[in-house]
Amino acid sequence: MNIDTLINLTNVSKQFGEHVVLRQVDLDIKRNRIITLIGPNGAGKTTLVKVVLGLLGVDDGKVERSSHLKVGYMPQKLDLEPTIPLQVGRFLQFAEPDKQLCRDALNRTGILQLIDHPVQKLSGGETQRMLLARALLRRPNLLVLDEPVQGVDVTGQEALYQLIASLRDELECGIFMVSHDLHLVMAATDDVVCLNQHVCCSGSPQQVSVDPAFVELFGTKTALYTHRHDHHHDLNLEVISDADQPSGLDHQSKANHAVSTEVGSEVDRGGV
Amino acid sequence: MAVFDFLLAYDFLLIALLAGLAVAAVAGPLGSLVVWQRMAYFGDSLAHSALLGIALGLWLSIDGGVTTTLTCLLVALLLTVLEDHQKLATDTVLGIFSHTFLALGLLAITLMPGGRTNMEALLFGDILTVTTAEVITMWGLSLAVLVVLKLQWSAIVAMTVHQDLASVEGISVGRHKLLLKLMLALTVAISMKIVGVLLITALLIIPAAAARQFSKTPEQMALGASLLAAASVCLGLAGSLFWDVPVGPTIVLSASVLFLVVRVTSRPYI
Repeated sequence: MNIDTLINLTNVSKQFGEHVVLRQVDLDIKRNRIITLIGPNGAGKTTLVKVVLGLLGVDDGKVERSSHLKVGYMPQKLDLEPTIPLQVGRFLQFAEPDKQLCRDALNRTGILQLIDHPVQKLSGGETQRMLLARALLRRPNLLVLDEPVQGVDVTGQEALYQLIASLRDELECGIFMVSHDLHLVMAATDDVVCLNQHVCCSGSPQQVSVDPAFVELFGTKTALYTHRHDHHHDLNLEVISDADQPSGLDHQSKANHAVSTEVGSEVDRGGV
Repeated sequence: MAVFDFLLAYDFLLIALLAGLAVAAVAGPLGSLVVWQRMAYFGDSLAHSALLGIALGLWLSIDGGVTTTLTCLLVALLLTVLEDHQKLATDTVLGIFSHTFLALGLLAITLMPGGRTNMEALLFGDILTVTTAEVITMWGLSLAVLVVLKLQWSAIVAMTVHQDLASVEGISVGRHKLLLKLMLALTVAISMKIVGVLLITALLIIPAAAARQFSKTPEQMALGASLLAAASVCLGLAGSLFWDVPVGPTIVLSASVLFLVVRVTSRPYI
Protein backbone atom coordinates (compact mmCIF):
# COMPACT_ATOMS: atom_id res chain seq x y z
CA MET A 1 0.00 0.00 0.00
CA ASN A 2 1.28 3.44 -0.97
CA ILE A 3 2.47 5.55 1.99
CA ASP A 4 -0.06 8.26 1.18
CA THR A 5 -2.93 5.82 0.86
CA LEU A 6 -5.46 5.96 3.69
CA ILE A 7 -7.91 3.36 2.45
CA ASN A 8 -7.58 1.07 -0.53
CA LEU A 9 -10.40 -1.02 -1.95
CA THR A 10 -9.54 -3.70 -4.50
CA ASN A 11 -12.17 -5.57 -6.46
CA VAL A 12 -14.81 -5.06 -3.78
CA SER A 13 -18.26 -6.57 -4.30
CA LYS A 14 -21.28 -6.42 -2.06
CA GLN A 15 -24.79 -7.75 -2.42
CA PHE A 16 -27.92 -7.71 -0.31
CA GLY A 17 -29.73 -10.99 -0.92
CA GLU A 18 -29.89 -11.40 -4.69
CA HIS A 19 -29.38 -7.71 -5.30
CA VAL A 20 -25.84 -6.77 -6.33
CA VAL A 21 -25.06 -3.29 -5.04
CA LEU A 22 -21.32 -3.03 -5.66
CA ARG A 23 -19.50 -4.91 -8.39
CA GLN A 24 -15.69 -5.13 -8.45
CA VAL A 25 -15.07 -1.64 -7.18
CA ASP A 26 -11.54 -0.27 -6.91
CA LEU A 27 -10.93 2.85 -4.87
CA ASP A 28 -7.81 4.53 -3.55
CA ILE A 29 -8.26 7.31 -0.99
CA LYS A 30 -5.09 9.32 -0.42
CA ARG A 31 -3.88 11.91 2.04
CA ASN A 32 -4.25 15.51 0.80
CA ARG A 33 -6.60 14.58 -2.04
CA ILE A 34 -10.31 15.26 -2.39
CA ILE A 35 -12.16 12.42 -4.09
CA THR A 36 -15.79 12.92 -5.01
CA LEU A 37 -18.10 9.99 -5.55
CA ILE A 38 -20.96 10.68 -7.92
CA GLY A 39 -23.66 8.47 -9.32
CA PRO A 40 -27.42 8.28 -9.82
CA ASN A 41 -29.85 7.20 -7.08
CA GLY A 42 -29.45 3.52 -6.30
CA ALA A 43 -25.90 3.43 -7.66
CA GLY A 44 -24.55 2.08 -4.37
CA LYS A 45 -23.00 5.34 -3.13
CA THR A 46 -24.27 4.94 0.43
CA THR A 47 -23.17 1.29 0.51
CA LEU A 48 -19.69 2.24 -0.66
CA VAL A 49 -19.48 4.96 2.01
CA LYS A 50 -20.47 2.42 4.67
CA VAL A 51 -17.79 0.03 3.42
CA VAL A 52 -15.20 2.82 3.55
CA LEU A 53 -16.33 3.70 7.09
CA GLY A 54 -16.10 0.07 8.15
CA LEU A 55 -19.81 -0.07 8.99
CA LEU A 56 -20.42 -2.78 6.40
CA GLY A 57 -18.36 -5.82 5.51
CA VAL A 58 -17.78 -6.88 1.90
CA ASP A 59 -18.66 -10.15 0.17
CA ASP A 60 -15.64 -10.19 -2.05
CA GLY A 61 -12.45 -8.20 -2.59
CA LYS A 62 -9.97 -6.55 -0.26
CA VAL A 63 -10.25 -3.49 2.00
CA GLU A 64 -6.97 -2.16 3.36
CA ARG A 65 -6.74 0.63 5.89
CA SER A 66 -3.70 2.61 6.93
CA SER A 67 -2.77 1.82 10.54
CA HIS A 68 -2.85 5.57 11.32
CA LEU A 69 -6.31 6.04 9.89
CA LYS A 70 -8.57 8.33 11.91
CA VAL A 71 -11.92 8.99 10.27
CA GLY A 72 -14.13 12.03 10.75
CA TYR A 73 -17.58 11.31 9.37
CA MET A 74 -20.26 13.77 8.35
CA PRO A 75 -23.52 11.90 7.67
CA GLN A 76 -25.93 12.93 4.95
CA LYS A 77 -28.47 14.29 7.38
CA LEU A 78 -29.39 14.23 10.99
CA ASP A 79 -32.96 13.07 11.51
CA LEU A 80 -33.00 13.90 15.17
CA GLU A 81 -36.05 12.93 17.19
CA PRO A 82 -37.77 16.11 18.40
CA THR A 83 -38.10 14.41 21.80
CA ILE A 84 -34.34 14.51 22.47
CA PRO A 85 -33.42 17.79 24.14
CA LEU A 86 -30.02 18.55 22.66
CA GLN A 87 -28.02 21.71 22.15
CA VAL A 88 -25.24 22.19 19.62
CA GLY A 89 -22.48 22.23 22.27
CA ARG A 90 -23.71 19.01 23.87
CA PHE A 91 -23.93 17.37 20.45
CA LEU A 92 -20.22 17.99 19.91
CA GLN A 93 -19.36 16.64 23.35
CA PHE A 94 -20.22 13.14 22.19
CA ALA A 95 -17.01 13.33 20.15
CA GLU A 96 -14.94 15.43 22.56
CA PRO A 97 -15.79 16.09 26.22
CA ASP A 98 -13.52 19.16 26.39
CA LYS A 99 -15.77 22.22 26.07
CA GLN A 100 -13.03 24.57 24.87
CA LEU A 101 -12.12 22.24 22.01
CA CYS A 102 -15.80 22.09 21.06
CA ARG A 103 -15.92 25.89 21.00
CA ASP A 104 -12.82 25.98 18.81
CA ALA A 105 -14.36 23.54 16.33
CA LEU A 106 -17.59 25.54 16.14
CA ASN A 107 -15.57 28.69 15.67
CA ARG A 108 -13.69 27.06 12.80
CA THR A 109 -16.91 26.13 11.01
CA GLY A 110 -18.38 29.55 11.74
CA ILE A 111 -21.30 28.78 14.06
CA LEU A 112 -19.90 29.43 17.53
CA GLN A 113 -22.83 31.76 18.21
CA LEU A 114 -25.18 28.75 17.98
CA ILE A 115 -23.52 26.74 20.76
CA ASP A 116 -26.60 26.87 23.04
CA HIS A 117 -29.07 26.46 20.19
CA PRO A 118 -31.37 23.40 20.06
CA VAL A 119 -30.07 21.10 17.31
CA GLN A 120 -33.57 20.60 15.88
CA LYS A 121 -33.92 24.33 15.20
CA LEU A 122 -30.83 24.63 13.00
CA SER A 123 -31.16 25.34 9.28
CA GLY A 124 -29.73 22.95 6.71
CA GLY A 125 -26.44 24.83 6.40
CA GLU A 126 -26.06 25.24 10.14
CA THR A 127 -26.67 21.53 10.67
CA GLN A 128 -23.99 20.64 8.12
CA ARG A 129 -21.53 22.99 9.82
CA MET A 130 -22.29 21.44 13.19
CA LEU A 131 -21.74 17.94 11.76
CA LEU A 132 -18.50 19.12 10.19
CA ALA A 133 -17.36 20.54 13.54
CA ARG A 134 -18.00 17.19 15.20
CA ALA A 135 -16.01 15.42 12.49
CA LEU A 136 -13.12 17.89 13.01
CA LEU A 137 -13.01 17.22 16.74
CA ARG A 138 -11.69 13.75 16.03
CA ARG A 139 -8.58 15.34 14.45
CA PRO A 140 -9.11 13.11 11.42
CA ASN A 141 -6.71 12.31 8.61
CA LEU A 142 -9.68 11.28 6.51
CA LEU A 143 -12.95 13.18 6.29
CA VAL A 144 -15.89 11.25 4.86
CA LEU A 145 -18.65 13.64 3.81
CA ASP A 146 -21.95 12.23 2.59
CA GLU A 147 -23.75 14.83 0.46
CA PRO A 148 -22.24 17.71 2.47
CA VAL A 149 -24.33 20.47 0.90
CA GLN A 150 -27.69 18.76 1.01
CA GLY A 151 -30.42 21.12 2.15
CA VAL A 152 -28.12 24.12 1.87
CA ASP A 153 -28.98 27.11 -0.31
CA VAL A 154 -26.86 27.99 -3.32
CA THR A 155 -24.59 30.62 -1.79
CA GLY A 156 -24.22 28.42 1.28
CA GLN A 157 -23.07 25.52 -0.91
CA GLU A 158 -20.27 27.60 -2.37
CA ALA A 159 -19.13 28.71 1.09
CA LEU A 160 -19.31 25.18 2.45
CA TYR A 161 -17.18 23.78 -0.38
CA GLN A 162 -14.62 26.53 0.22
CA LEU A 163 -14.57 25.66 3.91
CA ILE A 164 -14.05 21.97 3.09
CA ALA A 165 -11.19 22.76 0.71
CA SER A 166 -9.47 24.98 3.29
CA LEU A 167 -9.88 22.27 5.95
CA ARG A 168 -8.10 19.84 3.67
CA ASP A 169 -5.12 22.19 3.46
CA GLU A 170 -5.18 22.84 7.19
CA LEU A 171 -5.48 19.23 8.36
CA GLU A 172 -3.58 17.74 5.44
CA CYS A 173 -6.25 15.06 5.43
CA GLY A 174 -7.85 13.10 2.65
CA ILE A 175 -11.46 13.86 1.83
CA PHE A 176 -13.93 11.35 0.46
CA MET A 177 -17.12 13.10 -0.53
CA VAL A 178 -20.43 11.97 -2.01
CA SER A 179 -22.45 14.12 -4.34
CA HIS A 180 -25.17 13.45 -6.87
CA ASP A 181 -24.14 16.41 -9.02
CA LEU A 182 -20.81 16.77 -10.69
CA HIS A 183 -21.11 20.42 -11.58
CA LEU A 184 -21.59 21.39 -7.95
CA VAL A 185 -18.24 19.96 -6.93
CA MET A 186 -16.23 20.79 -10.05
CA ALA A 187 -14.11 23.44 -8.37
CA ALA A 188 -13.80 21.65 -5.04
CA THR A 189 -12.53 18.21 -5.99
CA ASP A 190 -9.30 16.72 -7.25
CA ASP A 191 -10.67 13.42 -8.49
CA VAL A 192 -14.09 12.12 -9.42
CA VAL A 193 -15.26 8.53 -9.26
CA CYS A 194 -18.48 7.84 -11.11
CA LEU A 195 -20.33 4.88 -9.64
CA ASN A 196 -23.20 2.83 -10.99
CA GLN A 197 -22.78 -0.45 -9.09
CA HIS A 198 -19.34 -0.58 -10.73
CA VAL A 199 -16.91 2.27 -11.31
CA CYS A 200 -17.90 3.48 -14.79
CA CYS A 201 -15.24 6.14 -15.04
CA SER A 202 -12.85 8.10 -12.88
CA GLY A 203 -10.29 10.88 -13.14
CA SER A 204 -10.25 14.65 -12.95
CA PRO A 205 -13.65 16.38 -13.09
CA GLN A 206 -12.85 17.66 -16.57
CA GLN A 207 -11.99 14.18 -17.81
CA VAL A 208 -15.00 12.53 -16.24
CA SER A 209 -17.50 15.08 -17.48
CA VAL A 210 -16.74 14.22 -21.12
CA ASP A 211 -16.35 10.48 -20.58
CA PRO A 212 -18.91 8.58 -22.71
CA ALA A 213 -19.87 6.41 -19.72
CA PHE A 214 -20.62 9.52 -17.69
CA VAL A 215 -22.63 11.17 -20.45
CA GLU A 216 -24.64 7.99 -20.92
CA LEU A 217 -25.43 7.83 -17.24
CA PHE A 218 -26.32 11.44 -16.65
CA GLY A 219 -27.42 12.47 -20.12
CA THR A 220 -26.45 15.58 -21.97
CA LYS A 221 -28.11 17.85 -19.42
CA THR A 222 -25.34 17.30 -16.92
CA ALA A 223 -22.68 17.10 -19.57
CA LEU A 224 -23.61 20.65 -20.54
CA TYR A 225 -22.15 21.83 -17.30
CA THR A 226 -18.71 21.44 -18.71
CA HIS A 227 -19.45 24.30 -21.06
CA ARG A 228 -18.15 27.84 -20.98
CA HIS A 229 -19.94 30.98 -21.96
CA ASP A 230 -18.08 31.15 -25.24
CA HIS A 231 -18.63 27.52 -26.20
CA HIS A 232 -20.33 26.10 -29.26
CA HIS A 233 -22.83 23.30 -29.50
CA ASP A 234 -23.23 20.84 -32.30
CA LEU A 235 -26.71 19.77 -33.38
CA ASN A 236 -26.95 17.16 -30.62
CA LEU A 237 -26.26 19.81 -27.98
CA GLU A 238 -22.88 18.21 -27.32
CA VAL A 239 -20.20 20.70 -26.50
CA ILE A 240 -17.65 20.97 -29.25
CA SER A 241 -14.40 20.55 -27.46
CA ASP A 242 -11.74 23.15 -27.79
CA ALA A 243 -8.44 21.81 -26.54
CA ASP A 244 -6.76 25.20 -26.26
CA GLN A 245 -9.20 26.68 -23.87
CA PRO A 246 -8.86 26.36 -20.09
CA SER A 247 -11.56 24.04 -18.84
CA GLY A 248 -12.25 25.69 -15.48
CA LEU A 249 -15.55 27.39 -14.84
CA ASP A 250 -15.94 30.87 -13.52
CA HIS A 251 -18.11 31.35 -10.48
CA GLN A 252 -20.87 33.18 -12.24
CA SER A 253 -21.65 30.41 -14.67
CA LYS A 254 -21.49 27.79 -11.94
CA ALA A 255 -23.96 29.63 -9.75
CA ASN A 256 -26.37 30.02 -12.62
CA HIS A 257 -26.25 26.34 -13.33
CA ALA A 258 -26.81 25.45 -9.74
CA VAL A 259 -29.97 27.54 -9.69
CA SER A 260 -31.27 25.75 -12.73
CA THR A 261 -31.14 22.33 -11.10
CA GLU A 262 -33.07 20.86 -8.21
CA VAL A 263 -31.32 22.39 -5.26
CA GLY A 264 -32.85 22.91 -1.83
CA SER A 265 -34.26 26.42 -1.61
CA GLU A 266 -34.08 26.67 2.13
CA VAL A 267 -33.06 30.04 3.46
CA ASP A 268 -29.95 29.94 5.56
CA ARG A 269 -29.81 31.98 8.70
CA GLY A 270 -26.26 31.43 9.86
CA GLY A 271 -24.38 33.52 7.37
CA VAL A 272 -23.34 30.36 5.53
CA MET B 1 -42.74 15.54 61.67
CA ALA B 2 -46.34 14.45 61.27
CA VAL B 3 -45.70 12.75 57.94
CA PHE B 4 -42.85 10.73 59.36
CA ASP B 5 -44.87 9.61 62.41
CA PHE B 6 -47.67 8.64 60.08
CA LEU B 7 -45.33 6.55 57.94
CA LEU B 8 -43.87 4.85 61.00
CA ALA B 9 -47.32 4.02 62.27
CA TYR B 10 -48.19 2.49 58.93
CA ASP B 11 -44.93 0.79 58.03
CA PHE B 12 -46.51 -0.92 55.02
CA LEU B 13 -46.88 2.57 53.58
CA LEU B 14 -43.22 3.33 54.13
CA ILE B 15 -42.28 0.10 52.37
CA ALA B 16 -44.68 0.86 49.54
CA LEU B 17 -43.20 4.33 49.17
CA LEU B 18 -39.64 3.01 49.11
CA ALA B 19 -40.63 0.42 46.49
CA GLY B 20 -42.27 3.05 44.33
CA LEU B 21 -39.23 5.33 44.57
CA ALA B 22 -36.91 2.48 43.52
CA VAL B 23 -38.88 2.18 40.31
CA ALA B 24 -39.19 5.95 39.83
CA ALA B 25 -35.40 6.34 40.00
CA VAL B 26 -34.79 4.09 36.96
CA ALA B 27 -38.01 5.00 35.18
CA GLY B 28 -36.64 8.51 34.51
CA PRO B 29 -33.54 7.76 32.43
CA LEU B 30 -34.87 4.52 30.92
CA GLY B 31 -38.23 6.09 30.14
CA SER B 32 -36.41 8.94 28.38
CA LEU B 33 -34.49 6.42 26.27
CA VAL B 34 -37.73 4.57 25.48
CA VAL B 35 -39.27 7.84 24.28
CA TRP B 36 -36.19 8.83 22.23
CA GLN B 37 -35.86 5.43 20.57
CA ARG B 38 -39.62 4.86 20.20
CA MET B 39 -39.42 1.65 22.17
CA ALA B 40 -42.85 1.86 23.83
CA TYR B 41 -44.04 -1.27 22.06
CA PHE B 42 -40.92 -3.08 23.12
CA GLY B 43 -41.64 -2.11 26.73
CA ASP B 44 -45.19 -3.43 26.36
CA SER B 45 -43.95 -6.77 25.05
CA LEU B 46 -41.60 -7.11 28.00
CA ALA B 47 -44.32 -6.12 30.45
CA HIS B 48 -46.76 -8.63 29.05
CA SER B 49 -44.17 -11.37 29.14
CA ALA B 50 -43.81 -10.71 32.87
CA LEU B 51 -47.18 -12.46 33.30
CA LEU B 52 -45.63 -15.59 31.83
CA GLY B 53 -42.87 -15.25 34.41
CA ILE B 54 -45.45 -15.18 37.21
CA ALA B 55 -47.17 -18.27 35.80
CA LEU B 56 -43.81 -20.01 35.58
CA GLY B 57 -43.11 -19.18 39.23
CA LEU B 58 -46.47 -20.61 40.32
CA TRP B 59 -45.95 -23.71 38.26
CA LEU B 60 -42.44 -24.39 39.57
CA SER B 61 -43.38 -23.19 43.08
CA ILE B 62 -40.49 -20.76 43.22
CA ASP B 63 -40.38 -17.05 43.90
CA GLY B 64 -42.32 -15.12 41.24
CA GLY B 65 -39.81 -12.27 41.33
CA VAL B 66 -36.98 -14.54 40.17
CA THR B 67 -38.97 -16.15 37.34
CA THR B 68 -40.36 -12.80 36.22
CA THR B 69 -36.90 -11.25 36.05
CA LEU B 70 -35.48 -14.21 34.14
CA THR B 71 -38.42 -14.34 31.75
CA CYS B 72 -38.15 -10.61 30.98
CA LEU B 73 -34.41 -10.92 30.33
CA LEU B 74 -34.92 -13.95 28.06
CA VAL B 75 -37.72 -12.25 26.12
CA ALA B 76 -35.53 -9.16 25.67
CA LEU B 77 -32.84 -11.38 24.15
CA LEU B 78 -35.36 -13.22 21.97
CA LEU B 79 -36.87 -10.00 20.65
CA THR B 80 -33.43 -8.56 19.92
CA VAL B 81 -32.51 -11.61 17.83
CA LEU B 82 -35.87 -11.60 16.04
CA GLU B 83 -35.66 -7.89 15.25
CA ASP B 84 -32.52 -8.54 13.22
CA HIS B 85 -33.86 -11.58 11.38
CA GLN B 86 -37.30 -10.84 10.08
CA LYS B 87 -38.90 -8.99 7.24
CA LEU B 88 -42.01 -7.63 8.97
CA ALA B 89 -41.98 -4.14 10.42
CA THR B 90 -40.69 -4.06 13.98
CA ASP B 91 -43.92 -2.75 15.48
CA THR B 92 -45.85 -5.57 13.79
CA VAL B 93 -43.52 -8.21 15.19
CA LEU B 94 -43.69 -6.64 18.64
CA GLY B 95 -47.47 -6.37 18.33
CA ILE B 96 -47.70 -10.08 17.64
CA PHE B 97 -45.44 -11.03 20.53
CA SER B 98 -46.78 -8.51 22.98
CA HIS B 99 -50.35 -9.72 22.78
CA THR B 100 -49.42 -13.38 22.43
CA PHE B 101 -47.49 -13.10 25.69
CA LEU B 102 -50.42 -11.38 27.36
CA ALA B 103 -52.94 -13.99 26.23
CA LEU B 104 -50.60 -16.85 27.07
CA GLY B 105 -49.86 -15.41 30.51
CA LEU B 106 -53.53 -14.87 31.31
CA LEU B 107 -54.42 -18.43 30.28
CA ALA B 108 -51.45 -19.97 32.08
CA ILE B 109 -52.36 -18.24 35.34
CA THR B 110 -56.05 -19.05 35.03
CA LEU B 111 -55.34 -22.71 34.35
CA MET B 112 -52.83 -23.00 37.18
CA PRO B 113 -54.03 -25.76 39.54
CA GLY B 114 -54.38 -25.08 43.24
CA GLY B 115 -55.18 -21.68 44.64
CA ARG B 116 -56.59 -18.72 42.79
CA THR B 117 -54.30 -15.89 41.89
CA ASN B 118 -55.36 -12.30 42.28
CA MET B 119 -55.37 -11.37 38.58
CA GLU B 120 -56.14 -7.75 39.30
CA ALA B 121 -52.95 -7.38 41.33
CA LEU B 122 -50.92 -8.75 38.45
CA LEU B 123 -52.52 -6.51 35.85
CA PHE B 124 -52.68 -3.28 37.84
CA GLY B 125 -50.09 -3.75 40.57
CA ASP B 126 -50.32 -4.16 44.32
CA ILE B 127 -47.75 -1.94 45.91
CA LEU B 128 -49.20 -2.37 49.40
CA THR B 129 -48.28 -6.05 49.55
CA VAL B 130 -44.58 -5.49 48.83
CA THR B 131 -42.40 -7.13 51.50
CA THR B 132 -39.22 -5.75 53.06
CA ALA B 133 -37.16 -8.38 51.25
CA GLU B 134 -38.72 -7.35 47.96
CA VAL B 135 -37.95 -3.68 48.56
CA ILE B 136 -34.31 -4.54 49.20
CA THR B 137 -34.16 -6.58 45.97
CA MET B 138 -35.85 -3.78 44.04
CA TRP B 139 -33.41 -1.15 45.28
CA GLY B 140 -30.51 -3.50 44.57
CA LEU B 141 -31.58 -3.99 40.96
CA SER B 142 -32.53 -0.35 40.58
CA LEU B 143 -29.12 0.84 41.80
CA ALA B 144 -27.35 -1.72 39.59
CA VAL B 145 -29.21 -0.41 36.54
CA LEU B 146 -28.45 3.19 37.55
CA VAL B 147 -24.73 2.46 37.90
CA VAL B 148 -24.55 0.80 34.47
CA LEU B 149 -26.56 3.67 32.98
CA LYS B 150 -24.23 6.22 34.54
CA LEU B 151 -21.18 4.47 33.09
CA GLN B 152 -22.62 3.94 29.60
CA TRP B 153 -24.88 6.99 29.40
CA SER B 154 -22.87 9.04 26.94
CA ALA B 155 -22.40 6.09 24.58
CA ILE B 156 -26.07 5.10 24.71
CA VAL B 157 -27.28 8.66 24.08
CA ALA B 158 -24.72 9.13 21.27
CA MET B 159 -26.03 5.95 19.66
CA THR B 160 -29.60 7.22 20.07
CA VAL B 161 -28.75 10.51 18.37
CA HIS B 162 -27.02 8.98 15.35
CA GLN B 163 -26.15 5.31 15.13
CA ASP B 164 -23.60 5.39 12.28
CA LEU B 165 -21.85 8.46 13.66
CA ALA B 166 -21.53 6.82 17.07
CA SER B 167 -20.25 3.64 15.44
CA VAL B 168 -17.57 5.49 13.44
CA GLU B 169 -16.51 7.17 16.67
CA GLY B 170 -15.84 3.77 18.18
CA ILE B 171 -19.02 2.95 20.09
CA SER B 172 -20.13 -0.67 19.85
CA VAL B 173 -23.73 -0.10 18.80
CA GLY B 174 -24.92 -3.71 18.94
CA ARG B 175 -23.62 -4.21 22.47
CA HIS B 176 -25.14 -1.02 23.80
CA LYS B 177 -28.50 -1.75 22.19
CA LEU B 178 -28.59 -5.13 23.90
CA LEU B 179 -27.48 -3.60 27.19
CA LEU B 180 -30.30 -1.06 27.00
CA LYS B 181 -32.86 -3.80 26.36
CA LEU B 182 -31.62 -5.91 29.25
CA MET B 183 -31.79 -2.90 31.59
CA LEU B 184 -35.31 -2.27 30.38
CA ALA B 185 -36.18 -5.89 31.12
CA LEU B 186 -34.91 -5.51 34.71
CA THR B 187 -36.88 -2.29 35.13
CA VAL B 188 -40.05 -3.96 33.90
CA ALA B 189 -39.49 -6.86 36.28
CA ILE B 190 -39.20 -4.59 39.33
CA SER B 191 -42.10 -2.38 38.22
CA MET B 192 -44.47 -5.34 38.02
CA LYS B 193 -45.53 -5.12 41.66
CA ILE B 194 -45.93 -1.36 41.61
CA VAL B 195 -48.20 -0.68 38.65
CA GLY B 196 -48.86 -4.13 37.15
CA VAL B 197 -48.19 -5.39 33.64
CA LEU B 198 -50.71 -3.17 31.87
CA LEU B 199 -49.44 0.13 33.23
CA ILE B 200 -45.64 -0.30 33.29
CA THR B 201 -45.05 1.46 29.98
CA ALA B 202 -47.14 4.39 31.18
CA LEU B 203 -44.81 4.90 34.15
CA LEU B 204 -41.84 4.92 31.74
CA ILE B 205 -43.29 7.22 29.11
CA ILE B 206 -45.53 9.77 30.80
CA PRO B 207 -42.97 11.32 33.22
CA ALA B 208 -40.35 11.39 30.44
CA ALA B 209 -42.74 13.09 28.03
CA ALA B 210 -43.56 15.65 30.72
CA ALA B 211 -39.90 16.30 31.51
CA ARG B 212 -39.20 16.89 27.81
CA GLN B 213 -41.25 20.08 28.02
CA PHE B 214 -38.77 21.94 30.22
CA SER B 215 -35.46 20.16 29.46
CA LYS B 216 -32.55 21.51 27.45
CA THR B 217 -30.21 18.53 27.78
CA PRO B 218 -30.73 14.74 27.78
CA GLU B 219 -29.54 14.64 31.39
CA GLN B 220 -32.09 17.22 32.54
CA MET B 221 -34.84 15.19 30.94
CA ALA B 222 -33.70 11.94 32.58
CA LEU B 223 -33.46 13.55 36.02
CA GLY B 224 -36.69 15.51 35.58
CA ALA B 225 -38.52 12.34 34.58
CA SER B 226 -37.27 10.55 37.69
CA LEU B 227 -38.47 13.39 39.92
CA LEU B 228 -41.86 13.48 38.19
CA ALA B 229 -42.16 9.69 38.49
CA ALA B 230 -41.31 9.96 42.21
CA ALA B 231 -43.93 12.68 42.62
CA SER B 232 -46.45 10.46 40.83
CA VAL B 233 -45.71 7.60 43.23
CA CYS B 234 -46.23 9.89 46.25
CA LEU B 235 -49.41 11.42 44.86
CA GLY B 236 -50.69 8.00 43.80
CA LEU B 237 -50.17 6.50 47.24
CA ALA B 238 -51.78 9.47 48.95
CA GLY B 239 -54.68 9.51 46.50
CA SER B 240 -55.36 5.83 46.88
CA LEU B 241 -55.43 6.15 50.69
CA PHE B 242 -57.66 9.19 50.55
CA TRP B 243 -60.21 7.83 48.09
CA ASP B 244 -59.67 4.14 48.84
CA VAL B 245 -58.92 3.21 45.24
CA PRO B 246 -56.25 0.86 43.73
CA VAL B 247 -52.73 2.31 43.90
CA GLY B 248 -51.34 1.37 40.46
CA PRO B 249 -53.90 3.24 38.36
CA THR B 250 -53.79 6.18 40.78
CA ILE B 251 -50.02 6.47 40.34
CA VAL B 252 -50.36 6.45 36.55
CA LEU B 253 -53.21 8.96 36.64
CA SER B 254 -51.09 11.22 38.88
CA ALA B 255 -48.36 11.07 36.25
CA SER B 256 -50.90 12.04 33.59
CA VAL B 257 -52.12 14.99 35.65
CA LEU B 258 -48.51 16.14 36.19
CA PHE B 259 -47.93 15.82 32.45
CA LEU B 260 -50.92 18.03 31.71
CA VAL B 261 -49.84 20.63 34.27
CA VAL B 262 -46.32 20.78 32.81
CA ARG B 263 -47.65 20.78 29.27
CA VAL B 264 -49.91 23.78 29.72
CA THR B 265 -47.42 25.76 31.78
CA SER B 266 -44.37 25.24 29.49
CA ARG B 267 -43.59 26.91 26.22
CA PRO B 268 -43.49 24.61 23.19
CA TYR B 269 -39.95 23.28 22.87
CA ILE B 270 -39.58 23.04 19.10
